[in-house]
Amino acid sequence: MISFKKFIKTFFLTELLKGLALTWKVMLRPKPTIFYPEEKTPISPRFRALHALRRYPNGEERCIGCKLCEAICPAVAITIDIHERDDGTRRTTRYDIDLTKCIFCGFCEEACPVDAIVETPIHEYHGEKRGDLFYTKEMLLAIGDKYEGIIAKAKEADHKYR
Amino acid sequence: MVEFFQNLLGHDLGYVIGYVIKALVVIIPLTLVVAYVTLAERRILGFMHARIGANRVGPFGLFQPFADLLKFVFKEIITPTKASSGVFYLAPAVILICALATWAVVPFAPDLYFTNVNAGILYVTAISSLGIYGIILAGWAGNSKYSFLGGIRATAQMISYELAMGFGIVGVLMVSGSLSFIDIVNDQAIGKMHGSLLSWNWLPMFPLFLIYLISGVAETNRAPFDVCEGESEIVAGFHVEYSGTPFALFMLAEYASMILVSTLTTIMFLGGWLSPFPTTWGVLGTASMAWLVVKVLILLFGFIWYRASFPRYRYDQIMRLGWKVFLPITLVWIFVLGAWMVSPLSIWNY
Repeated sequence: MISFKKFIKTFFLTELLKGLALTWKVMLRPKPTIFYPEEKTPISPRFRALHALRRYPNGEERCIGCKLCEAICPAVAITIDIHERDDGTRRTTRYDIDLTKCIFCGFCEEACPVDAIVETPIHEYHGEKRGDLFYTKEMLLAIGDKYEGIIAKAKEADHKYR
Repeated sequence: MVEFFQNLLGHDLGYVIGYVIKALVVIIPLTLVVAYVTLAERRILGFMHARIGANRVGPFGLFQPFADLLKFVFKEIITPTKASSGVFYLAPAVILICALATWAVVPFAPDLYFTNVNAGILYVTAISSLGIYGIILAGWAGNSKYSFLGGIRATAQMISYELAMGFGIVGVLMVSGSLSFIDIVNDQAIGKMHGSLLSWNWLPMFPLFLIYLISGVAETNRAPFDVCEGESEIVAGFHVEYSGTPFALFMLAEYASMILVSTLTTIMFLGGWLSPFPTTWGVLGTASMAWLVVKVLILLFGFIWYRASFPRYRYDQIMRLGWKVFLPITLVWIFVLGAWMVSPLSIWNY
């Protein structure tokens, strides 16, 4: 009996037809593909990508050179030099992040007592030659100035959970 | 057309040029169809894999085949040091010539053909058998173990399945009593079912039709019978050593023979250019080349569909299927068909 069933199965190509039906169904299914440069998936406000140094609304840079980020950085990607200004406040003379070392863990952002170093959701950047991904203080401040709107919005969206 | 050129250029020269142009009228559209079948294959395979497929070059990826062609043409043609270079470059030519030469006798409509040979089927089977030589030579001349294995596999497989295909053709010849494609199609238009879909050969010869279709897939070395390419075992089989334009010729030949097998199946079993609707239905009921094209496209879709659905056969299973399953079934059905034709139940006495 079993062999008869098997015979029927073989001769009427039932398994082959089942396979064909499956591929037909998949063909008509809507496709999950995202056409990346034209279409983008939504990004969480917590997304950790390119770093930025922020300023206060009066234009003063936030970073006070406490070196907590440098201390916590597990990849040793941050290098800071400081000096004391004439008014007695501490400011950095050098604030470098080597993005090729950085693992984007976000510890620097969490360690910062004045919300100076942040990771923005900007992930579409690149370097074309050696050293392009070594970001200096000027570059980081420029990023902070340019994208302050995006950064503030992302922090605002997330602030109740912090 | 040939007469026109003979009047213009004199008898002999006009004859040659007239036929060359006539051949180009067949070959150029065929090449374009091949180009777009490759694109359709990539898109449909993509859809069946739940992805999108090539859609970057031009709207819906419509210029993709030309991008592919340009890439092939500008690639370096590499001759392996130990390859026998004469045969190495002869092989793709043989395959392509055989794949294109068969089209000389294929009719597209009752009055639209390159030549009307009264033994068209014999010519087609002969030329497509010659095409195997191209694969053997390619496999041999590459002087690589992979291409050699691919060549051996292709040879044995194609010879085995040609038998089953041949018996499928014999069934058609028995009922139509003619070797001419035009007669075969016209015979399907008459009969007990008054020329509708049901009077075509596929219904009374269903097992032969199915076996012809499956053998056609095996004959063109398409999945699930593509052991002679067998990427996962022997890299690319018989054309592993080819690059650039010769490789493109192999692809062109493969797709041209896919279209050929589809067209032959349509002509012999699916009523060629006949309409599936009754003749009283106006335009829809008229026999025209459009119906042939529609049927061929459906069969070509089938080729792509099988490729997306079925895993590759093991080599001994292919041999078993060809010799132990298809051949007996076709033989039995030819006897059944013969008995049916001489019995009072015959539907073919007209």
